[in-house]
Amino acid sequence: MAAGRETSPRLPGAGKAASSKGRGLAGKPRRLRAATAFLTLVPTWIVVLVVYVGTMIWSIQLSFTSSRMLPTANYVGVEQYRRLFATARWIVSLQNLVIFGVLFIAGCIVIGTLLAISLDRKVRFENAFRTIFLYPYAMSFIVTGLVWQWLMNPELGIQTTMRALGWTSFTFDWVVDRNLAIYAVVLSGLWQSSGLVMVLMLAGLRGVDGEIWRAARVDGIPTWRIYVSIVLPQLGPSLATAVTLLAMGVVKTYDLVVALTNGGPGSASEVPAKFIMDNLFGRQNLGLATAASTVMLITVLAILAPYAYAQSMRARRARGAV
Amino acid sequence: MAAPQNPRGPRPAGVTVGRVGLYGFLAISAAFFLLPAYVMVVTSLKSMDEIRLGAIFAWPAHFDLSAWLTAWSGACTGLTCNGIGVGFWNSVKITVLSVAFSVIIGAINGYALSFWRPAGAKIVFGLLMLGAFLPFQIFIYPLVRGFAAIGIADSLAGIVLVHVLFGLPLVTLLFRNYYAAIPVELFKAARVDGAGFWRIFLEVILPMSTPMVVVASIFQTTGIWNDFLFGLVFAGRDNLPMTVQLNNIVNTTTGERFYNVNMAATMLAAAVPLVIYFVSGRWFVRGIAAGAVKG
Repeated sequence: MAAGRETSPRLPGAGKAASSKGRGLAGKPRRLRAATAFLTLVPTWIVVLVVYVGTMIWSIQLSFTSSRMLPTANYVGVEQYRRLFATARWIVSLQNLVIFGVLFIAGCIVIGTLLAISLDRKVRFENAFRTIFLYPYAMSFIVTGLVWQWLMNPELGIQTTMRALGWTSFTFDWVVDRNLAIYAVVLSGLWQSSGLVMVLMLAGLRGVDGEIWRAARVDGIPTWRIYVSIVLPQLGPSLATAVTLLAMGVVKTYDLVVALTNGGPGSASEVPAKFIMDNLFGRQNLGLATAASTVMLITVLAILAPYAYAQSMRARRARGAV
Repeated sequence: MAAPQNPRGPRPAGVTVGRVGLYGFLAISAAFFLLPAYVMVVTSLKSMDEIRLGAIFAWPAHFDLSAWLTAWSGACTGLTCNGIGVGFWNSVKITVLSVAFSVIIGAINGYALSFWRPAGAKIVFGLLMLGAFLPFQIFIYPLVRGFAAIGIADSLAGIVLVHVLFGLPLVTLLFRNYYAAIPVELFKAARVDGAGFWRIFLEVILPMSTPMVVVASIFQTTGIWNDFLFGLVFAGRDNLPMTVQLNNIVNTTTGERFYNVNMAATMLAAAVPLVIYFVSGRWFVRGIAAGAVKG
């Protein structure tokens, strides 16, 4: 590119005219020299301002209008939000999000941590086990949902097989049970994502100072006690990363539900992301859908805020320590 | 006592209750994780008559590959029966283009942000992270309208663009963090030699970027291949990716359900990311670890 040339010449301090370029060699690149860099980032600027910020503002603005199929400029205040929280389907989807979120995150953390600790105990076939525990994470939520839908098939799935084997009261038809459908989503989610926590926690465990282990061993502390009292408390950052990643996934949960239950039976396993998509494209309820997505946005910001705060505090403390 | 590199002690030689419990736990967990894959494979190899017997764990009486053929070229969504092969090639097109563009642009962005730090670099990077964190539902409707306005609604260009737009934050982050670990003296030396923005990138930085190009490509390929939401909204009927087609085939409400075909189609849709996972191994894990930094 032509712009590349203007940043090239090496002119060590040749009078006032060149002074704007001169010092860049030793320290931070000077403004003028960074012109190409700035121009390179212009498309990214356009993306963030138009595609992220612009669309977000438009969505939020639409949530205050009475838009149905097409956007209108008829402002109705918080009417859409009032309607939203009077919609049974939305309330169900929020309840499901809480049930799913709590069980999914807690389950992934528990299973993932136990698996990581087990693999950290110097077991044989560690690589094979790790590969097995993580492979579902490579698959899409659609695949995950469809496989578990088949396993929980009430006519031909695991339930029928177990009953044929003599366990006649065995039930595993959660996908068609109004009261259990959301737990089917939890179960398949655990299967897909526990491996992620295992990888993150295992990396954290491997980073624990060996001296701590030696000292604790010399003191004769039992292994489980070392983990509970000494090692796991040190894994705060790994845990925070895992929880944040999982929580982001929870809020975005859409494909898994679509594939597994499609929100059913009825609206038993409805989730907010699906509610929004249905109202946006299926039911032509633009105002309501954008109000719901604004609520989702606020939820995500509420999840992120404490984490971002902790991050900045840590960074500030690190700077203070140096 | 333990060797210096083995602070947790050597692998215990004797059989203790604890060790048995440990291996028992690992074995049960492995069974839980493997079971769905096993059921998928055996179901896809059975005939429908055998499936109706209701023994989901049973080994197939005889291998029947016809379900795989049907899944690939004859499975139906509604009235069209072209199989999932169409979706496979759509996904290949979408993924290859999206990964190539997002990795190239992400690398250039990361390079500009970490070495050149032009005015506003921090602000643009902070805003860029919005795209990684915020729920897509907040962007989606305006984007659909915008894409329609510039004439790329329901097209390959549209779906690739949307993948690049929302892949950019993470890929940029990956490269920015990777470049932050490269000694700045290298960059300064190139500057002293009179090299400009693009020459330094192409001749100094890019050759050192191979590991991150691999990690970012793996990360993006699995992510884009497994995408459902964007494909559903932006690809249009002629470019539907495999995930969308798969869901349409399996969750169709019309006609008889062929579970063997469904499972074969599901495995075909899972095949590409699984192959990447098994072949790339540690690279895949590195991608997760690097991507987790954003969290």
